[in-house]
Amino acid sequence: MKVNIHLNKRVAVIGAGMTQFRRRILETPQEIAWEASSKALEEAGLELKDIECVVIGSAPDAFDGVNLKGEYLSHGSGGIRKPSSRVFVGGATGVMAAITGWYHVASGMCNTVLVVAEEKMSPARPHPQSVFRYIWDPILEKPLNPNLIWIFAMEMHRYMATYGIKKEEIALVSVKNKRNAANNPYAQLGGNITVDDVLNSEVLVWPVQLLDISPVSDGGAAMIMASEDVARRYSDTPIWVDGVGWTLDNTEWPARDLAYARYLEFAARMAYKMAGIENPYKELDVIEPYDPFDYKELHHIEGLRIAQRGEAPKLLKEGVFDIDGDIPSSPSGGLLGVGNPIAAAGLMKVISIYWQLKGTAGKMQVKKPVHTGLAQAWGDLMQASTVIIMRN
Amino acid sequence: MVTSLKEEELHKHVLIPYKPNAKYAYTAGQAQSRYLLGLKEGKILGRKCVKCGKIYVPPKMYCDECFRPTDTWVEVMDEGYVMTAVASFISWTREKISEPELVGVIRLLPSSPRDFVYPGIFHKLCVSYEEVKNMSVIGKRVKAVWRPKEERKASINDIQCFKVI
Repeated sequence: MKVNIHLNKRVAVIGAGMTQFRRRILETPQEIAWEASSKALEEAGLELKDIECVVIGSAPDAFDGVNLKGEYLSHGSGGIRKPSSRVFVGGATGVMAAITGWYHVASGMCNTVLVVAEEKMSPARPHPQSVFRYIWDPILEKPLNPNLIWIFAMEMHRYMATYGIKKEEIALVSVKNKRNAANNPYAQLGGNITVDDVLNSEVLVWPVQLLDISPVSDGGAAMIMASEDVARRYSDTPIWVDGVGWTLDNTEWPARDLAYARYLEFAARMAYKMAGIENPYKELDVIEPYDPFDYKELHHIEGLRIAQRGEAPKLLKEGVFDIDGDIPSSPSGGLLGVGNPIAAAGLMKVISIYWQLKGTAGKMQVKKPVHTGLAQAWGDLMQASTVIIMRN
Repeated sequence: MVTSLKEEELHKHVLIPYKPNAKYAYTAGQAQSRYLLGLKEGKILGRKCVKCGKIYVPPKMYCDECFRPTDTWVEVMDEGYVMTAVASFISWTREKISEPELVGVIRLLPSSPRDFVYPGIFHKLCVSYEEVKNMSVIGKRVKAVWRPKEERKASINDIQCFKVI
């Protein structure tokens, strides 16, 4: 893969804010976006008039039950009378919003960007699951009455079958992430659960059970990105974006081996090349891989080339990914613990890494000193992947 | 751990029930139309790109790798290997269902176990929940169970399911 990077300006993150993630939050989507945005401005010490461009990330329109979410959210996101744009690549949206903010600054177009991601999944009745009906091929797939969990269950079973991985080993991700989320003031579903709790929870689509999956949630997240000169003026601890990568694989998921996240390997290679990372296992200090399902964190750790194919569960069991391990993974609690308002959950991962590198993650702060972190998201019909690498 | 919504909580809110009269006329397109007509005859058709050798099932009129037209129609076997299988206990609206729906992905032949991309189909499996749960069905060779010829409608449901042989 050819990657040519021509940077005009170095890009930093200088502020971030989030709402609490939970279901049936009382605010409208714009109010949620406003709350996250104003907290981010406050942390950066900026006012809206200092912001030159606005990037809005929101996944499918249908969740909030309104069309054209970019326009709909624009006033709550401070996007009026500014160059505002909306990006959406399904679950990969949250990190794509940060990447888009990055290239607004890296290109030299704007010195300050407000990146806002919002999702509200609770309006859909009887369940947001039914909204997903329209992502399937109308002629070849929809007549089989699929629901979205089917494809992930298929991927999980393929992953387990290919490498001989047991459900017990995968359930440890859910245990770890929900435990980490107990330290996160924004989290919906933190707590101490056991592998048995996961294995005894309701079977949705075997092998996916209720505690293998992230909760339906509403929430917002926002981040301020700035060029180097502005960042130095407003922050003593700017966190630099040193690598980004994003790719789409083919959409024919029944015609491609689901055991390995090839889409992610492409995106990760691009980001590693930009950040000058040759050995991700040695060079990354903390990671937030996308975990809407527990197996997905392991799948993504392998796609990121942090573990060999099929080896992530072994490293997990050894404690490598624990909060006091070699490479703490999802110290925020991830989507499994914090909740999964799709785009906001992705940006939450980027913000978590930013706070880790800044040293302001509070009770979530990992034990060892950290200098290089990675956040990643994934979505669409199991084809889109986005990666961002930051350093302090 | 999980707090489900109570019936009265739902009634505390103003619900706007709205049934859009939205009807869509989807086109099957050039490639899929022929594929569906093939199913009516009991054949699984694909398109081959001679430049890279890739066979597209379901078929496509263009090769997305080479970005050029695919060249010929090929018939693949209605047999293959189960790559993955799942058992769904929920409907598409997330209601519980008691009898699980068993579905999976089949790598159709000719293809090799080393292919990352292969002619593939997503369909129902005529197997038991136990075989899905203990994973014994994964890797098994299966064959399409076709509907009787007079009942076929050029639809994906012309195949009833895939059965272990």
